[in-house]
Amino acid sequence: MSEASAVTPELEALLNVDLGPDVYEIEKGMLRRFAEAIDDPNPRWLQQAPPTFPAALVPTGLLHRLFNAPCPLTRLLNGASELEYFHPIEAGDTIAVTGRLTRLRQVAGKEGPSLFMFTEVTYTNQKGEVAVKGKNTYIRY
Amino acid sequence: MNGAKDSMKQVYYEDIEAGSELPGLVKYPTTMQLVKYAGASGDYYQIHYDKDFAIESGLPGVIVHGWLALSFLGQLVTDWLGEGGALLKLSGSYRGINRVHEDIICNGKVVKKYVEDGKNLARLELWAENPAGERTVTGTAVVSLPSRG
Repeated sequence: MSEASAVTPELEALLNVDLGPDVYEIEKGMLRRFAEAIDDPNPRWLQQAPPTFPAALVPTGLLHRLFNAPCPLTRLLNGASELEYFHPIEAGDTIAVTGRLTRLRQVAGKEGPSLFMFTEVTYTNQKGEVAVKGKNTYIRY
Repeated sequence: MNGAKDSMKQVYYEDIEAGSELPGLVKYPTTMQLVKYAGASGDYYQIHYDKDFAIESGLPGVIVHGWLALSFLGQLVTDWLGEGGALLKLSGSYRGINRVHEDIICNGKVVKKYVEDGKNLARLELWAENPAGERTVTGTAVVSLPSRG
C-alpha cells in the first residue's frame, strides 16, 4: 500500500493553475481581531497588518480544491510558511489573493508515505501592487 | 504611533553584529487562544480545538497552529525592530508540535549584516522551543534597520 501513488489525477490537475482571486476588504476590526488572536499588543496593528496576517487572507479557490481532492493520505499538517513583504497591508486596502500549486513530492517514511504539496500565493492591493508573496508547504500523511 | 517610538529604544544597524541576540519572548497559548486564532484566520481544522479529533488523527492532543507559532516569532522580530526598522521576509518550518498550556519560548539572533541597494540589512535566525527544549519551529527573517549615520 505504501508504494501506491498519493498523487491522484485531481491533485495533478491543479499543478501550475492560478486560482482566484479571492478579494478581501481589509477592515480595522479584522486587524484588531487578528492581533488579539496572536496576542500581539503592538498598537501599530490597529492600522497596519501584522506580519502573519496574510494567513487570514485565504486563497479559498486553491485550498478548497487542494484539501478536498481525493487522496489516499487523509491527514494534513502545515509544513512551512514563507512571506516576502513589498508594501504594507493597511486598513482600507482591498487585497486580491491568487494561489497555485507549484509542486507535488511524495516521500516514503518510516510511518508510511507523505505527500508534500508546495503552494505560492500572491497578495495584490487595489493599486495593482504586489503587497506580499507567500509560499506554503502542506503535508498529507 | 509616535508614543511607541519615543518609549522604545530603537535598534540601529551600527548596534548589531553577527551573533547579536534578540530579546526573547515567551508565550503560553491556551485552547481559547487557538479558538480565537481559528476565528480570526479562518483556519478551522479541528486538530487545533477538538481534542477527540486531534487524538484520532494520531496527535497527543490539541496542537498550536503553525501560523500562530510563526506569529510569535514575527512579534519577536517586530518588537525588536521598533518603528524605524522593517521586516522584509519571514519564514518558518514547522518541525515539531507545540501543545496548548505549555510555554513556547521564542528566540532569535543575527546571522549576518550587509548593505544591498543602499539598504542596511540583516539576516536573522529564529526558533521556537517547547519546554522539553525541542525546536518546534525554525525560521529566518530579513530585516532593514535604520542607520545612525
